[in-house]
Amino acid sequence: MPLAPDRPASRLLVWLGVVPFLAFALLFLILPTLQVVTGAFRTPDGAVTLQNLRGLLTPSILHALALSLKLSLLTAALGCVLGLLLAAAVTRGGLPDWLRGATMTFSGVASNFAGVPLAFAFIATLGRLGLITVILRDWFGINLMATGFNLISFPGLALAYLYFQIPLMVLIITPALDGLRKEWREAAESLGASGAQYWRMVALPVLWPSLLGTFALLFANAFGAVATAMALTGSSLSILPIILFAQIRGDVLQDPHLGYAVAFAMIFFTGIANLIYVTLRARAERWQK
Amino acid sequence: MKSGRLVSGLFFGLACLYFLLPLVGTLEFSLRARRGEYSLDAYRNVLGDPQFHQTIGYSFILSMATIVLGVLIIAPTAFWVRLKLPRLRPVVEFLTLMPLVIPPIVIVFGYIRLYNTSSWLPLLGSSAGSDFLLVCGYATLSLPYMYRAIDTGLRAIDVSTLTEAAQSLGAGWVTIMAKVILPNILVAILSGAFLTFAIVIGEYVLAALLNRPAFGPYMVWMGGNKAYEPAALAVVAFAITWASMGLIQLFSRFSKHTQARR
Repeated sequence: MPLAPDRPASRLLVWLGVVPFLAFALLFLILPTLQVVTGAFRTPDGAVTLQNLRGLLTPSILHALALSLKLSLLTAALGCVLGLLLAAAVTRGGLPDWLRGATMTFSGVASNFAGVPLAFAFIATLGRLGLITVILRDWFGINLMATGFNLISFPGLALAYLYFQIPLMVLIITPALDGLRKEWREAAESLGASGAQYWRMVALPVLWPSLLGTFALLFANAFGAVATAMALTGSSLSILPIILFAQIRGDVLQDPHLGYAVAFAMIFFTGIANLIYVTLRARAERWQK
Repeated sequence: MKSGRLVSGLFFGLACLYFLLPLVGTLEFSLRARRGEYSLDAYRNVLGDPQFHQTIGYSFILSMATIVLGVLIIAPTAFWVRLKLPRLRPVVEFLTLMPLVIPPIVIVFGYIRLYNTSSWLPLLGSSAGSDFLLVCGYATLSLPYMYRAIDTGLRAIDVSTLTEAAQSLGAGWVTIMAKVILPNILVAILSGAFLTFAIVIGEYVLAALLNRPAFGPYMVWMGGNKAYEPAALAVVAFAITWASMGLIQLFSRFSKHTQARR
């Protein structure tokens, strides 16, 4: 159904229709990213170098990278497992139907409830004067700080990240759980499989690409986040994006091109994670048809 | 399946505790500003703070500008790609997903280097230019959500038939877009718009690094200087997020009704 006659001139006009979008993407997405990527491989004079990337191997940056990887891997793994269990509980656990709708709606909200307010919520709950801290102290005589728990630390930050990681997992994995057909379960049971055997030998192998793909997505989600960590820990916990933030603000690394290298490292890891996600999602969708 | 239901129920209960306690804790904390009794003092202080009005007003205007810019760029593009350039679809989809791959802090780092005062396009040299850059940055962050929402809306209508019908009645492209396509995908646009609003209103990193007086940096400043007001701000922010998501649900339910009628 060609609406316009197919002359070369009008074909050119057809391409004009996407020029505003492409120009926008070029100016505010592609060029800024290229600026960072090429900057990581250049000296201040413009010569090509690998020196900046070697600069990443200094102890402070390596430490921040390790901390970021640990935080992202841990919250992605826990988010996947707990999110899967929660999704399974509301879709297959025999709970009332309205709980499923409520959980999905709440997950939609909570997965967007990241950033500064999330940090405040955890400070108000588990901070030095937070609700749980006070209840434990006054009602049970437990001093939370004395048990070694500190909200402004790695475990505290991980606990806060799970608040958006688990709901994101629930949102993504529920359609995949719906794709598990009843017939497969019945077939497994008629062959004498127990519930555990069904999950281990049928459901999990089918869900595997979805799970791994979502894991990669959650990893990237946590790896790039700054605001929650910033508002919760100030800059006392130096994860990689906080180092980059401080570098952009005040050149704390005292080398602008090292900043490029840090940014490049971030794209590198989130890029790999997303590549895994896209590849595996395509495989997962085979089962959902 | 009895024991399965018990385990499910138990796990669901634990999840409820984890997700609801911070909300209860924040609400309780925000009421504690007066010693010995619950009061709304923290809210009074926040709502009476001129800085609060300025920053949230600024972020509100910016989010509206972001939504308008986003719709103006994405709706015609998604329409055009569907109608005339299906070949380009993977490219456009890839570009709209890029902001999920590249962390916002890296994007804004690129902006600062690309558009600083000594560059070819010194947007950061003036406050109007910085505002414009921030709006463009927010439109970039919302690309994945806006594009997906609008494209889903377009999928539900018969774009080519509607376009041909409008053309045969003598409508030009602008008329087709404004009077035929946009009204038909209004619900999709609104859901993209509310999601964008929820993202932009409390955003911190871009606003802080571009030095703009937005609500996100104001919240962080409050967090460093006050005790109970941050909790009140968190309650306000959560209410805004909840309202945005609730409206999306409401509109999508509404759209299902209108579609069922056809």
